[in-house]
Amino acid sequence: MPPLQLTLEGDTDVLVTRKFTATPENVYRAHLDPELICQWMAAWPGWTMPVCETDSREGGAFRFEFDGGEEGAFTTTGEYITLTPSSLIVHVERMHMPDPAPDSHVRTTFEASGTGTLLTLKMSLPDAESRQGMMDMGAADGMELSYAKLDEIMS
Amino acid sequence: MVMNKSSDLSLDRIFSALADSTRRAILMKLTNGDEGVMDLAAPFDMSQPAISRHIKVLENAGLVTRHRQGTHRMCRLAPDALDEIEPWLNMIADRYRNKYDRLDTVLAAMTPTKQGDE
Repeated sequence: MPPLQLTLEGDTDVLVTRKFTATPENVYRAHLDPELICQWMAAWPGWTMPVCETDSREGGAFRFEFDGGEEGAFTTTGEYITLTPSSLIVHVERMHMPDPAPDSHVRTTFEASGTGTLLTLKMSLPDAESRQGMMDMGAADGMELSYAKLDEIMS
Repeated sequence: MVMNKSSDLSLDRIFSALADSTRRAILMKLTNGDEGVMDLAAPFDMSQPAISRHIKVLENAGLVTRHRQGTHRMCRLAPDALDEIEPWLNMIADRYRNKYDRLDTVLAAMTPTKQGDE
């Protein structure tokens, strides 16, 4: 599986590409079905998604609540702009930390690639304040990972 | 959380400096060592003043420093230039790497449907 690639594009965008062995149909569905989303979208070890609601229609809203126990918690809300089955999701989202950060515009495409899927995610670059907020969450994650590693070494 | 505003501003400058393919190419060239301004301009189909403006943007973002060597004006990659933006990009990459690794597991457990049921 080729590694995930992240590049800056233009003045305002970050581009993430990643291949999956699953079909575009399934990768697309895993991005909209709350039962599936809650199994993978919490990015950090030990984090869960106690609330995961999607109204997967164009104009429909979603709400994801992430809980990291002592690490903290935050909520992301957003709306779906364009939904083209098995090929395209355009949505806006914002993190609440707890004040809402400015909207981030996200375009996710799913393309058949061999027997699998090439996923391309383009998101608008958050402003400096949002980046700082995301860094803070990331720092918590880094600490968690370090502690986990320390546990390994000590055991 | 106290925000470091000056750090945010310089991050913004670095991001917009890196947003241009010519400036990224200039930075790539400088990773091989110092270069004269004239030599830097050579591979680009661009006027000297245009290249100088790009170098100025890189300099203002703290990515490049300029010095004189004899009569030549030289450019050098600032050693800590990318230190500030890297943690942010790495954090984003890590976040999606973790998410998509978990998604692989979720997908492996799904039946390979052909007709989506959205």
